[in-house]
Amino acid sequence: MKDELLHAYVDGHATPEDRSAVEAALACDPELAARVRAYAQQNRALHEAFDAVLDEPHGLRISPHGASHWRRWGGLAATLVLGVACGYLARGWISAPARAPVIAREAVLAYAAYVPEVRHPVEVAAAEEQHLVAWLSKRLATPIRAPSLAAAGYQLLGGRLLPPTQRSDPAPMALLMYENAQGRRLSLLVKRDSSNIETAFRFSEDGATRVFYWIDGPLGYALAGDLPKEELQTVARLVYKQLNP
Amino acid sequence: MASAGFSAADAEHCIPRLRRYALALTGTREAADDLTQDTLERAWRKRTLWQPGTDLRAWLFTVMHNVYVNRVRSMHITESLDDAGPAADAVDAMPGGSAADSGIVLGELKVALGQLAPEQREVVLLVGLEQLSYAEAATALDIPIGTVMSRLSRGRERLRQLLDAGARTPVASGLRRVK
Repeated sequence: MKDELLHAYVDGHATPEDRSAVEAALACDPELAARVRAYAQQNRALHEAFDAVLDEPHGLRISPHGASHWRRWGGLAATLVLGVACGYLARGWISAPARAPVIAREAVLAYAAYVPEVRHPVEVAAAEEQHLVAWLSKRLATPIRAPSLAAAGYQLLGGRLLPPTQRSDPAPMALLMYENAQGRRLSLLVKRDSSNIETAFRFSEDGATRVFYWIDGPLGYALAGDLPKEELQTVARLVYKQLNP
Repeated sequence: MASAGFSAADAEHCIPRLRRYALALTGTREAADDLTQDTLERAWRKRTLWQPGTDLRAWLFTVMHNVYVNRVRSMHITESLDDAGPAADAVDAMPGGSAADSGIVLGELKVALGQLAPEQREVVLLVGLEQLSYAEAATALDIPIGTVMSRLSRGRERLRQLLDAGARTPVASGLRRVK
């Protein structure tokens, strides 16, 4: 068994034929199997050790006039000030008479921020779906799944972690993004919900963005898209069905 | 700026991943932020060298590699890797960890990474952490793909031996073994 094949297997780059060949070899060679298991553990451990950094605030930016430390610290201070200001504003905004529940508004905001992104719509692409789901589950401290929306013509693009918007509910949220063949995108916001109840689908709209949202056990969901209400509801039903087979 | 092909914002969008790679490479946040900042500045100065249409993040890894190699040559950055301080710090910074299942003590991983040859460490991290394809890693490091594979083989095998040795010898208290 060539080393190249083993590594390609570990890194998910092996063709289906190569994968079968490797698995056949692993089945009858415990020493080889232990090596491959160790390499796969290394990859997982690297993510466990370093992924937290992805969400840390930092003050780094491009300063066209060259390096200077005050810029860096100035940038960090600016980030903190902005964060505090956003938190303050968000607090006022959220305690204002609500047009729609928090999750529906969060879904609209996330949709507006990330769906138009051409180059970076997601943080982790669907090619790494297993890692994406494991990572988001870990950060939400609840197992989540990425439903398949292929029956509605939408493929998973990937997902990202979103910061909480409320002091009272400091858990991060997950955003999964889907796209159809025409390039139309839908986003599915998933967050923990401590009320632990089930609700029917509820509907909300903000400009052209429509949202169906519901609570299912420990998680709240909000599916946002720029589609007619009936079409979006069909997809929302599909999401629900996929998650409750 | 119009001829640059990418904007400062495009490059800044890649910062979290550059920092993650830099932290794994250097072992401390301070060294990682210095490396990332220098990479951003060098990338900005050399921005006309980036080929529009190619992956900007991969190109930034190339720039980071060059900055890193220059630093390793002048031996300022790697010494702190053998120090348990940054490892313990990084373990503390881990959120929760209850869902983790790699079976590897994260502090031991940090120390073991620091014991790899820098060129092996780069390949192991670009492939295993940053999930570059072998071809992308070859481009980022400006080496043939065969060299990527041999460094990957040697790096992972060495890491396995270091971690096995660590697992047999109970290490310093304060390092948690992740279930």
